[in-house]
Amino acid sequence: MEVPILKQGAVLIATFQAALSDADLNQLRMGLVQQVVKFRSRAVIVDVTAMDVMDSFASRTLREIAHMIRLRGAETVIVGIQPEVAFAMVQLGLTLEGVATALDLEEGLAYLNEKFKTTN
Amino acid sequence: MSVGETRVAINSDQDIVSARQKGRAMAIELGFSSGDATLIATAISELARNIVSYARKGQITLKGVQGSSRVGILVIASDDGPGILDIRQALRDGFSTSGSLGLGLPGVRRLMDEFEINSQPNRGTTVTVKKWRQ
Repeated sequence: MEVPILKQGAVLIATFQAALSDADLNQLRMGLVQQVVKFRSRAVIVDVTAMDVMDSFASRTLREIAHMIRLRGAETVIVGIQPEVAFAMVQLGLTLEGVATALDLEEGLAYLNEKFKTTN
Repeated sequence: MSVGETRVAINSDQDIVSARQKGRAMAIELGFSSGDATLIATAISELARNIVSYARKGQITLKGVQGSSRVGILVIASDDGPGILDIRQALRDGFSTSGSLGLGLPGVRRLMDEFEINSQPNRGTTVTVKKWRQ
């Protein structure tokens, strides 16, 4: 399953679907990092609103994406984790430590704008 | 309430997705809330992942169960893989989840109401979990 990656200025926006397999997630991780390099993006927003399950592999992949992108000098914001999904993640003991999160796409963009303003 | 039994063969990462989707669908059919269905689907995802990671193949069985005054869902994850050498360690938090190993059994236990594990070295592992409708 292809994950669409949208380019909006210096920000890449990847929108996850519900039924992503491990192979899809791995492919996305590579794809995102390559595009950050290609477009010299300053930030990536990963929108997980549609994801109905965030298990250990998915959270680990998100953490890895964020860390790889940080090594490129760019920011990652995970947006749209559903309340039920957040509850299940906490029960499972999964964290997204060190990764920025925001309520939705709009909040994610606002967070990045604020961040770019202060670092410029 | 009669919701039949569904078996999902687990042979690849794609089967993890279909097992949890079938589990969610059955939970909804049994009258679970969408929140509980998410917990059940997440538990199934972890159990199926263990099968793929440690045993390569196995199966997930999903079944509606009728208690004395309540309805629940039964999930059985079984494989003929290498088994778990130290079950107590596998059930301890920190051995699992966030690290690279997977397993996540303590988390699965928290997501569900009942949890039972049988494992024998070189014979395989069966994890049986239940969740009751609120």
